[in-house]
Amino acid sequence: MADNAYDAIVVGSGISGGWAAKELTEKGLKVLMLERGKNIEHIKDYKNANKEAWDYPHRDLPTQKMKLDYPVIKRDYPLNESTQGMWANEKENPYVEKKRFDWYRGYHVGGRSLTWGRQSYRLNKEDFIANAKEGVAVDWPIRYDDIAPWYNYVEKFAGISGNRDGLDVLPDGIFQPAMALNCVEQTVAARVKKAFKGSRQIIPGRTANITQAMPEHGRMRCQYRRKCWLGCPFGGYFSTQSSTLPAAMQTGNLTLRPFSIVKEILYNKDKKRATGVEIIDAETKQTYVYKSKIIFVNASALNSAWLLMNSATDLWQDGLGSSSGELGHNVMDHHFQVGASAEVEGFEDKYIYGRRPNGFYIPRFRNWGNDKRGYLRGFGYQGSAGRSSWRQNVAELSVGAELKEALSEPGGWSIGMTAFGEMLPNHSNRAYLSNTVEDKWGLPALTLDVELKQNEIKMRKDMQQDAVEIFESAGLKNVRGWDSDYGPGMGIHEMGTARMGRDPKTSVLNAHNQMWDALNVFVTDGACMTSASCVNPSLTYMALTARAADFAVAELKRRNL
Amino acid sequence: MERRDLLKLIATATGVALVGARALAYNTVSPVPLSATKFSQKDVALFNEMAEVIIPQTDTPGAKAANVGQIMAILVADCYTSKLQKIFKDGITKIQTRSKLEFKKEFLLLTPTQRNTLFQALDSEAKAHNQGKHYHIATEKPSKWEPGTDEFTPHYFTLLKQLTLYGFFTSKEGANKVLRYVATPGRYDGALSYKKGDRAWAT
Repeated sequence: MADNAYDAIVVGSGISGGWAAKELTEKGLKVLMLERGKNIEHIKDYKNANKEAWDYPHRDLPTQKMKLDYPVIKRDYPLNESTQGMWANEKENPYVEKKRFDWYRGYHVGGRSLTWGRQSYRLNKEDFIANAKEGVAVDWPIRYDDIAPWYNYVEKFAGISGNRDGLDVLPDGIFQPAMALNCVEQTVAARVKKAFKGSRQIIPGRTANITQAMPEHGRMRCQYRRKCWLGCPFGGYFSTQSSTLPAAMQTGNLTLRPFSIVKEILYNKDKKRATGVEIIDAETKQTYVYKSKIIFVNASALNSAWLLMNSATDLWQDGLGSSSGELGHNVMDHHFQVGASAEVEGFEDKYIYGRRPNGFYIPRFRNWGNDKRGYLRGFGYQGSAGRSSWRQNVAELSVGAELKEALSEPGGWSIGMTAFGEMLPNHSNRAYLSNTVEDKWGLPALTLDVELKQNEIKMRKDMQQDAVEIFESAGLKNVRGWDSDYGPGMGIHEMGTARMGRDPKTSVLNAHNQMWDALNVFVTDGACMTSASCVNPSLTYMALTARAADFAVAELKRRNL
Repeated sequence: MERRDLLKLIATATGVALVGARALAYNTVSPVPLSATKFSQKDVALFNEMAEVIIPQTDTPGAKAANVGQIMAILVADCYTSKLQKIFKDGITKIQTRSKLEFKKEFLLLTPTQRNTLFQALDSEAKAHNQGKHYHIATEKPSKWEPGTDEFTPHYFTLLKQLTLYGFFTSKEGANKVLRYVATPGRYDGALSYKKGDRAWAT
C-alpha cells in the first residue's frame, strides 16, 4: 500500500468519527483519521483536570480580551479560563450569521466528545415515523427496529448509566446502574407521578458517565467531581479519548493525523465514487492527497455539509450531494433555555455529598398517547435540585461577620429545569458557502440562515407553562417560569444538513448513511438526521455510525464499493 | 484524596505509567503580575482592608487573610469593561471622601466600628440605588455585568461587595477553611445528614 493510500478515511475525530475509526479498524481496515485541530492525549493533556477556581489567574472568569477573541462563545456560558482553547478560534475560522447562530466548535482531537453534555437517550418508534405520518419533510428510511440492536451495541461499549423505566416514549437500553436522584428530587418525582397519574414522570438522567468501572477499557467509574469538561483523568465519561480512540489504536490499524483540514472529497465521475480527499496542513498550509476505498464524513453536521459543498463542484455547482436540492438545508437544533424554577420547603436536615454530573429527566408527554396540542412533536425536561451555596442572595444582610456566617452555610433547597424541544426540519433553515468571507486558509466560510418557526414558537409556551404546572402540582413554592434568550445553535445539537431518505431527489443519504451520489461515502454525524426528536442526539450518531460501518465493510467484501 | 493517591489510582486503572505526571501537577499558570493591573501594592492593601469589613476574620480567616485585594485588582483590570473600571475606581475615591467628611480621617485610620458604620450605610445606599434593577445580587459573577453606554449602572459599593464575595469564596482559604471542599468525592449521597452550622460546599 502506498504511503498515502488507506482502506478508509474518517474525517473528524469527535463522537461519530471516533466510532467510525473504532469499528472500521476492528474489522481489519487500515484507517486514516483526519482531524483539523491539535492533538489532545488522554489524561496527559487534561491540564486543568485537577484545578480549582483559585488555580486560575482570573478565578476561571472570562477576561475582556477573551470576550474580544470569542464574540460568539461569549454570548453564553462556556467562555472561561478552564476550557480556553477548547473552542475554535473565531478569528481564524469565521462564519457568516445571516441570522444569529451560536456555533460552538471543538477543533481538536476528540472534538466535542470532550465537552459534551453526556445525556444519552434513544429515539423512540414514533420519532422514526412522525415525518411520514404528519407529512413533514421526508420519511426516515429506517425504523426503530433497524437501529435498536445498534443502540444496544454502542451503549454497552460507551457505558451509559440509567434506569430501565419501561417507557415507550423513552426506550430502555443496556444501562449501568443509574446515578441516584437526591432526596428532594425523589420526593418531587413521587408527587408528580401521583398528580399526573403517571403521564408525566421524573426519572434519573441517562448519562455517558459510568457508575461501574470498565477495567477492560482502562476506565474507572465516575468520581463525582463534575469536572467532565476538563477531560476526565479517570475515564469516567465517554469521549473519543477515553473510549473509541484507544480501541482503534489497539488494532494497530489506525493512523491519526491532526492539523489536517479536509478541503474536498475527490470524486471520479465515471465510476461515481470518491477516490480520496485533499487536505491542507493547518500549520504548514501544504496540501496533500490521501486515497481510500471508502470515506466516513464525521466533521459535525455543519462542517460535514461544508465539506460536501466544496467537493465535486465541477460536476455539481453546489457540491457533492446537492443533486438532491437538500444539501445544507433543514438545519435543526434543540431549542431550549425555557423552563421553571421553584423553592422546596423542608429537608433542612438533608444535604448532598459529591458533585453528580447528571440530573433528572422528564420524558416527552405532549402530543403523546391521547394528548393533542396545536403544534407538532414535543419536548423533554432536564433539571436538578440542590441547596444554594454562597451564591445565594441574602438581601437582608449587609456586611460583616453575620453575612460571612450566613453565606458559609447552605441555603434552602430549590429545583429547576429547562425544556429541550424538537425543531422541525425546514427547507429554508440552511447553511451555504459565503462568496466573500474566507478563513485563515483561504477556504470559503459558511453562512448560516436559521430561525425558529411557528411550530417551535408555539411549543415554547407549553415548555414554560408545563414546567410551572409540574412544580405547582408538586406543591412547591415561588414557582417561576422563565424563557430566556435562545439563539439557534445554542443547543449544540446541529443536525439535518445531509439527511437520510428514501429518494435521491429529496435526500442526500440512503438508509445506510451512504451518499446517493457516491456510494463509498458515508455521513454518520448529525448531518444525517431526517428529524431531530427532542432527545439529546449523540447516542443516535454512535448507533448509526456503527451500523453504517458494519454495512460498509460488508459491501466492501461483496465488492460493491 | 491526596494527589499522590490519585496518581496511583489512575495508573492502576489505566495501566498507564505517568512519567513525571506533568499533566496532573497543579499547573504553573503564570499569575498576572500586579504591575500589569496598574494598581499598586498600596491599592491592594487598601482593597484588603475594605474587603475585610465585608468578610472579617472571625474564628476562621477573613478577606485579608485570603488576599482578596490582589484578585480584586486583577479582575477589575482584566475582566471589567472600562465603564465598570471607572465606577469602581471613582467609588474607592468616594469612600475616602466620605470617610474624611464623616470621620475627619482617611479610611485606613478608621476604627473597626467606624469602618462598619460607614460600610453599612453604603450598603443601604447601594441597595436603594439598585432597587428594581437586576444589579441587586452581589453574589453574581463579577464578569456578568456589562452595562452599555446609556444603561443604568450598579452602585460602586455593590461592585466592591461582589468582588469581595467572589474573590473570597473562590480563594483556597475561603473554600477550604470557611466552606468545605473535597477534590475527589468518589461517590454521591443525595440525602446526607445535615445539622445547622455545618458548612456549605465550596463547589
